[in-house]
Amino acid sequence: MKAHLSRRYLFSASHRLHSEAMTKEENLATYGKCNNPYGHGHNYTVEVTVSGPVDEKTGMVCNLTDLDSFIEREVLARYGHENLNMLPEFAREVPTTENLCIQIYEIVQRGFHFAHLERIRLEETMMNSFEYRG
Amino acid sequence: MVYLTRKAEFSASHLYHNPDFTPEENRRVFGKCNNPNGHGHNYTLEVTVKGEVDPRSGFVVDLKQLKEVMHREVLDAMDHRFLNKEVPEFLHKIPTTENIAIAIWQRLNTKLTAAKLHRVRVYETADLFVDFYGEA
Repeated sequence: MKAHLSRRYLFSASHRLHSEAMTKEENLATYGKCNNPYGHGHNYTVEVTVSGPVDEKTGMVCNLTDLDSFIEREVLARYGHENLNMLPEFAREVPTTENLCIQIYEIVQRGFHFAHLERIRLEETMMNSFEYRG
Repeated sequence: MVYLTRKAEFSASHLYHNPDFTPEENRRVFGKCNNPNGHGHNYTLEVTVKGEVDPRSGFVVDLKQLKEVMHREVLDAMDHRFLNKEVPEFLHKIPTTENIAIAIWQRLNTKLTAAKLHRVRVYETADLFVDFYGEA
């Protein structure tokens, strides 16, 4: 039987929302406080949902230690306590939580093969969250 | 169609162990969860039902009835129990969060009449949960 397993992880990072395609005034009007040239930070929560048949031998969709170690290595180590704007994937792309959510989806989709990736849900604060299903 | 979700909490102990595995395999696959004396969690259960709103009552389902069914079928059986030893489904099946969600679905599905069961979500901790939609 097919079940969906979701796991939540925390990481903290800083960013600045600024688009090279916009004028100084447009950037300020669009991003407001988030355009502060020195950046600011968030405690992000990333919720990873994978699905698959429940293995008869283990009772699991996938082994949590495989998921945890993958996310730790590929996502948390990459983004935790970093300035997102300094990372190559955000050299040209604005590190909005939408774009970060898509990046994390791509990383998991590409590298995690123990279960099917259903979605990435990324909470920027308790009030804002974003979901990407590919 | 309207979806209605009711939460409940139960606390239970369990251990992960497959008798077909060697002790080494059990430890490798299940880690700390293989501790033979078991360990426990505060589970949060979310049951989501769906249906059309009854024009007379304005309800998808009588919440009191749903609560009673959840209590009778799930909480009475699982709350403050050692799942491996006291819940029939887990005498021969490992009580992982996946299997708990499936067992709860099977317990509730036939007992709910007015509304249709949509999803069973079981939180083992705030950071780990399983959804089961009755998919084969």
